[in-house]
Amino acid sequence: MNVDVRPQRATPVASKLAIADCDIHPAQRTPHDLDPWLPQQWRDHAAQYGAIRRLGMHRGPAYPKSQPDASRRDAYPPEGGRQGSSPSFMAKQHLDGNNVVLGILNPLASGEGVSNPDYSAALCRAVNHWQEEVWLAADSRLYGSIVVPYEHADVAAAEIDYWAGRGRFVQVMILSRTAEPLGNRRYWKMFAAAAAANLPVAVHAFGYGGSPITSSGWPSYYIEEMTGHAQSCQAGLSSMIVEGIFERFPALRVVMVEAGFAWAPSLAWRLDKVWKTLRAETLHLKQSPSDYMRNHVWWTTQPMEEPEPREHLLDTIEWMGWDRLLFATDYPHWDFDDPSQALPLRITEAQRRQFFLENACKLYGVDVP
Amino acid sequence: MDTIDCDIHPSVPSFQALLPYLPGHWGDVVVTRGMDELNSISYPPNSPLTARPDWRPSKGKPAASVEQVRAECLEPFGIGTGILNCLYGVQLLFSEDMAVAYARAVNDWVACEWLDKDDRLRASIVIPVQSVELAVEEIDRCAADKRFVQVLMLAGADMPLGKRHYWPIYAAAARHGLTVGIHAGSNYHNPSTAVGWPSYYTEDYVAQAQAFQTQLTSLICEGVFTRHPTLKIVMLESGWTWLPAHLWRLTKYWRGLRSEIPWVDRSPVEIVRTNIRFSLTPTDAPPRAEGLQRILDHLQSDEILLFSTDYPHNQFEGDDPWPAGISPELRRKIAVDNPRATYARLMETVA
Repeated sequence: MNVDVRPQRATPVASKLAIADCDIHPAQRTPHDLDPWLPQQWRDHAAQYGAIRRLGMHRGPAYPKSQPDASRRDAYPPEGGRQGSSPSFMAKQHLDGNNVVLGILNPLASGEGVSNPDYSAALCRAVNHWQEEVWLAADSRLYGSIVVPYEHADVAAAEIDYWAGRGRFVQVMILSRTAEPLGNRRYWKMFAAAAAANLPVAVHAFGYGGSPITSSGWPSYYIEEMTGHAQSCQAGLSSMIVEGIFERFPALRVVMVEAGFAWAPSLAWRLDKVWKTLRAETLHLKQSPSDYMRNHVWWTTQPMEEPEPREHLLDTIEWMGWDRLLFATDYPHWDFDDPSQALPLRITEAQRRQFFLENACKLYGVDVP
Repeated sequence: MDTIDCDIHPSVPSFQALLPYLPGHWGDVVVTRGMDELNSISYPPNSPLTARPDWRPSKGKPAASVEQVRAECLEPFGIGTGILNCLYGVQLLFSEDMAVAYARAVNDWVACEWLDKDDRLRASIVIPVQSVELAVEEIDRCAADKRFVQVLMLAGADMPLGKRHYWPIYAAAARHGLTVGIHAGSNYHNPSTAVGWPSYYTEDYVAQAQAFQTQLTSLICEGVFTRHPTLKIVMLESGWTWLPAHLWRLTKYWRGLRSEIPWVDRSPVEIVRTNIRFSLTPTDAPPRAEGLQRILDHLQSDEILLFSTDYPHNQFEGDDPWPAGISPELRRKIAVDNPRATYARLMETVA
């Protein structure tokens, strides 16, 4: 959250813990930012039509955000442009300010989820170039996520192959609200390519796959959509597990991003219980659902659940494992978790280092200075 | 201890059993159109989840007669009062008129074939939720019989259940001193997950928990409990170990976004504590009993859970429906005190 409602103790940057931020959102300054990498056909298409995304509004969401671009009011770059659009201001305000030594970029406005398959592919390719040349080139602390036209798994696989091993791309990123549950076979070629390239697949909450955000249709409010991403992500993850993608692709690693994480233990218990009763239906599963989850899935922390008392969250983390969580702020969005306030709990120094930095370094194979 | 079982499922034994309760035109329609039984994919008849193997008779359906329920549920589990929730697929129909005919038939059948035959039984009113107007009429009609203690809805619906569209149903329930029970299952008018239709029954049943989570969000955010402060909503066969984590998330967003829903003037945690209850079974429990004690601690209330066997569904083995890790004092609350405090009509004398 971005408005100070009570005085907070300022910590000098030099004494702040070095952290990873596994969910940073770079934004485009203008609608023409991608032009250098978009063929003329698609620049014309963008100007004339825009993009169909299984979403009725031509511009902007039908659940208006709580503030412009769902972003912090203090994150507008001094040189102009929207929040999160300036590499130098992001470096100063966020990376320097919070001692972020490893930052993972997750571009949300891309070709992902665009219905026109060729336009989707062209936009994804352009956004990957833009990440590489505008962001990764500007700051060595930043790492990229390959965006892919995930509804067309063969094209998505080709995009993964194109970027794998190139530059500082450390994962594939897709959006959670897919057209079918994510374990569905139509997505398997994408998972195969990611596993072959040894890249984790990050499933970031949001997107529009066509289905309502609840299994009972469309709710009324933005707060329901935001809260509902947790349920939507539970369904996607259940599908991945029950369809057997971790049996099929044993090297596959999945990161659930911006979905919350405290729901993971009870989902695992429920999956195990139902699986035991209905086991004859899923003979392709060789391990329990909770085993697949424990061995193949990571979670970013923001928006971190906030029980009262906060100590209850320690039980949740114990159940999940201290090695599973990747700290994230969601900069520059309004629901930013401030690293100095995010985990006000008594934990060991080793746990704090895992949570804020080491788990990310290990998952992404990145050494930080 | 006079245990109250809040979730027992009587089976309509056959298609013919309802015919006497489908008078005139509708009885004819059912026959001439060659209709089948209204069973949903939530509980396929032969699925291992639908009935415990030892509760499947050699002929006929599980839980299809008062005798079966007495011998397999009321007696062995020491049930003093049992609430019947008939899961017949009335909600799946698309025709409002046909739905009301079936709802009336099911409710009349429950009253005559079950409530009249055992004083320990109570029931929920099946409503034709396809039409709010007709649903309210059916609530008004059945509420005259004090043995109906609750209005029954399903977790999966056309719209999120907090929407204003449904409010006349809640007003009718409140007027008659009925709780509103929301049971696992769906009308399947929407895909059963927020990302489309799953491939496996396993996913469908797991997804019921997510359906309940979004319904809880909707009921709270729309302000149902601001309008009806004394209304009790009971989540039936919902699972409940997900509740603390869901409330942590919803409450965090409520803090950040409450200006969008200013009528919600209490935190979601408080609203659940005063207005929403959960049936015990199934308990999606952690592997060890200490884990369940931690979850009970996270609930921060001993008033939220209501005992249920979920008979004849296959949720536990043997004769003990209680998950390990619940103290005798808490058992007493869950089995007796909490249901009594929830179901106003259980405390009334039945004429």
